Amino acid sequence: MENEIVYKEELAPEIKLMKVRAPLIARKAKSGQFVILRVSEDGERIPLTLIDWDPKNGTITLVFREVGATTKELGKLNVGDVIHDLVGPLGKPGEITLYGRVCVIGGGIAIAAAYERAKKLKEIGNNVVAIIGARTAEQLIFRDELKGLVDKLYVTTDDGSEGIKGYPSDVLKGLLESGEKFNLVYAVGPEALMKAVSEVTKPYKIKTIVSLNSLMVDGTGMCGCCRVTVGGKTMFTCVDGPEFDGHLVDFEELMARLRMYEEEEKLAIKVMEGCGCRS
Amino acid sequence: MQKLDVRLKQIPMPELPVEKRLQTFDEVALGYSEEQALAEAARCLQCTHPLCVEMCPLRIDVPGFIKLVRQGNYVEAAQKIRQENCMPAVCGRVCPQERLCVLGCKNVIGDPINIGGLERFVADYELETGVTIPDIAPSTGRSVAIVGSGPAGLSAAAELAKRGHHVVVFEALHEPGGVLTYGIPEFRLPKKVVKQEIDYVRRLGVEIKTNIVIGRTLTIDDLFDEGFKAVFIGSGAGLPKLLGIPGENLCGVYTLNEFLLRVNLMRAHLFPRGSKTPIRVRGRVAILGARGMDAARAALRLGAEEVCIFYQRKLVGRVDDIRRGIEEGVKLQPSTKPVKLLGDENRWVKLVELVKLKPGQPDKTGKTKLIPVLGSEFLYSAETVVIATDHVPNTVAAIKTARNVKVDEKRRTIIVDPETLMAADGVFAGGDVVSGAASVIEAIKAGKRAAQSIHAYLMKH
Ligand SMILES: Cc1cc2nc3c(=O)[nH]c(=O)nc-3n(C[C@H](O)[C@H](O)[C@H](O)COP(=O)(O)OP(=O)(O)OC[C@H]3O[C@@H](n4cnc5c(N)ncnc54)[C@H](O)[C@@H]3O)c2cc1C
Ligand SMILES: Cc1cc2nc3c(=O)[nH]c(=O)nc-3n(C[C@H](O)[C@H](O)[C@H](O)COP(=O)(O)OP(=O)(O)OC[C@H]3O[C@@H](n4cnc5c(N)ncnc54)[C@H](O)[C@@H]3O)c2cc1C
Ligand code: SF4
Ligand code: SF4
Ligand code: FES
Repeated sequence: MENEIVYKEELAPEIKLMKVRAPLIARKAKSGQFVILRVSEDGERIPLTLIDWDPKNGTITLVFREVGATTKELGKLNVGDVIHDLVGPLGKPGEITLYGRVCVIGGGIAIAAAYERAKKLKEIGNNVVAIIGARTAEQLIFRDELKGLVDKLYVTTDDGSEGIKGYPSDVLKGLLESGEKFNLVYAVGPEALMKAVSEVTKPYKIKTIVSLNSLMVDGTGMCGCCRVTVGGKTMFTCVDGPEFDGHLVDFEELMARLRMYEEEEKLAIKVMEGCGCRS
Repeated sequence: MQKLDVRLKQIPMPELPVEKRLQTFDEVALGYSEEQALAEAARCLQCTHPLCVEMCPLRIDVPGFIKLVRQGNYVEAAQKIRQENCMPAVCGRVCPQERLCVLGCKNVIGDPINIGGLERFVADYELETGVTIPDIAPSTGRSVAIVGSGPAGLSAAAELAKRGHHVVVFEALHEPGGVLTYGIPEFRLPKKVVKQEIDYVRRLGVEIKTNIVIGRTLTIDDLFDEGFKAVFIGSGAGLPKLLGIPGENLCGVYTLNEFLLRVNLMRAHLFPRGSKTPIRVRGRVAILGARGMDAARAALRLGAEEVCIFYQRKLVGRVDDIRRGIEEGVKLQPSTKPVKLLGDENRWVKLVELVKLKPGQPDKTGKTKLIPVLGSEFLYSAETVVIATDHVPNTVAAIKTARNVKVDEKRRTIIVDPETLMAADGVFAGGDVVSGAASVIEAIKAGKRAAQSIHAYLMKH
């Protein structure tokens, strides 16, 4: 059945991977694109990155962190359950070309997306260095897969429980200062990380691509909810992006807009948890 | 026979009292009772050269259906309209009648007939009692794909299905209906009515597939590869145009589309219990642009303290709806133009700076442009702002994915042959995506016309 969950795995506490039957999306998906889904009849539409797709079996893979009402609700679904609505692939595909030496950076839940991009860049012959970071060791998803894939892997944790204590942007800074050269830096993760990475690469004039996580409703360019200023111009993340030149993105604006519904998000969780349905 | 003084006055449409309206999203116009409908129908002069018919884009036989109303044959009356118009319950509510059929009816003694009110009465009556499905031609074995499920797409689909073609409608959003579903608010057009009208189209045999973005999930070329013999693009004019002034990306600033999508499609007014999609309406609300009445009325219902529409010349909308909005407390400031938006330290919008406008020197054609009055800048404090200026056509479906479809770069519309609505071999287009933002009835008309040419095309191929 379409939109049926065919596989589910908990990668880490609150981080889940799901394979979903979606043959049309699987057939068209490209690296860097995303889907929008709704868990239930009264659900919110939320975007999730396509982490993998299998046109032959007609499935797509999503990886998400349970942060709010919708992702928690999604996390409760099991194999055999059906996602109410699923649309995609959306957004412009990322550029997968031969750059030479590339640094792929992923933070938190977005390590999954970084892994996908590293795989594609590697496949066509790039030399790939990956830097991944998470709050703590158990949150380092796709660590082993990356280790077997890339030419060099650096790992950071905020609390020092594994790898280097600090942020991936610090590691990148160190590499560049020690004379390492990259033709492309690709960063995906929390806005603060993408901003820091862009600031590190700017003086070296290294092409830096970031994948933005703006709030979205339709994901087809209709509403402008996802707008972001890039190089002084207003862009719609869902159709002009989600990938943009990190040196041109107004991250402060993006971060403010992501906080727009802070109070409502808390309320939604309260209502969800206080609904009396103990499952 | 009615007395003359009764005959002069239109039977007023019952409405929710103003004090009750703001507590609910329920429909404001309540519709005629049977008694009222009969009285209003009795006022019609049954003209032999009825201008009302001339002025209806679909040439609905107005005296004909009104005559059936008088005889109490409401279902037959509805069927008469439905022959020409697959959505009478929608059109009776949202057609700008004062510029169409009712304008044609100006030359009778007294007030014109409330044609929309009567159309709505019979259509609702028929929906309640169950719509009978007309005869459908035997299957032609040919399939047509429709892009977009707004009025243009649905009317094309209905016409083609009646002629025996297999029709599949592809809709990007999770619900069909286009602007009827995501744009026009519940208090003007209940979603239940839209659903019933769409159900009718489904019962003609039309298949509707939601969550498919043509141009992304499938391209138009894919559709041909899958065996569809013709494609109709009715993707509407749903792309927002921004103002291009400083501050419009501040928090609390919505485009009209985002505001209406959240309320109508996502039902944000029921947040957090009936819907998981939030909307922020606080304090004073500034609506910037002439298309803002629906958003303004929705904002009042969402608890705004004050709502003011700032616009240049003339509000877009039906007279009845503009009147109702003003009754509900929407304030209007014509001849003004926003200059910039100012925010606080958290990047939330706080103030709108506007300037007053006055007519400038007439140009060669005698038209005057509005120009800013020097030094007339003023501030309006607002915590929520809605940008409600223009919409441009949504051509995601056409661009790059369809054989040789051409788009007018400036207007962003799809270029078609005006007679056949053909955009390229086998590809047809109509509704807002061709005309630019227009009306429901014009979209229905375009869908019907396209269906005729698609039918002719299919019979040749
Ligand atoms: C193109 C795109 C791709 C994405 N891909 C993934 C993905 O692969 N996996 C994944 O887990 N998440 C992804 N996200 C983020 C994901 O959409 C949000 O986590 C989700 O919308 C949160 O919904 P919620 O109702 O569970 O939480 P909410 O209640 O809406 O939010 C809870 C918390 O999450 C934060 N938050 C909300 N929306 C976002 C957002 N868009 N980005 C970052 N933080 C947010 C809020 O500030 C808040 O602190 C993506 C976002 C975009 C725009
Ligand atoms: C707020 C508002 C109020 C209005 N009020 C009135 C009124 O009172 N009376 C009146 O007569 N007119 C009114 N109009 C105008 C009227 O609604 C439109 O002219 C009419 O709906 C146009 O019909 P359409 O079928 O061309 O497009 P739409 O109704 O816009 O439908 C287009 C559909 O196509 C879908 N779509 C777009 N791209 C794709 C794609 N690539 N793949 C799949 N699907 C796609 C969209 O999601 C949408 O559902 C109003 C418009 C707005 C915005
Ligand atoms: S379809 Fe619209 S314009 Fe035509 S008669 Fe009915 S209300 Fe009037
Ligand atoms: S013009 Fe007016 S009075 Fe004459 S037939 Fe039409 S609705 Fe009746
Ligand atoms: S999410 Fe609506 S325009 Fe991008």
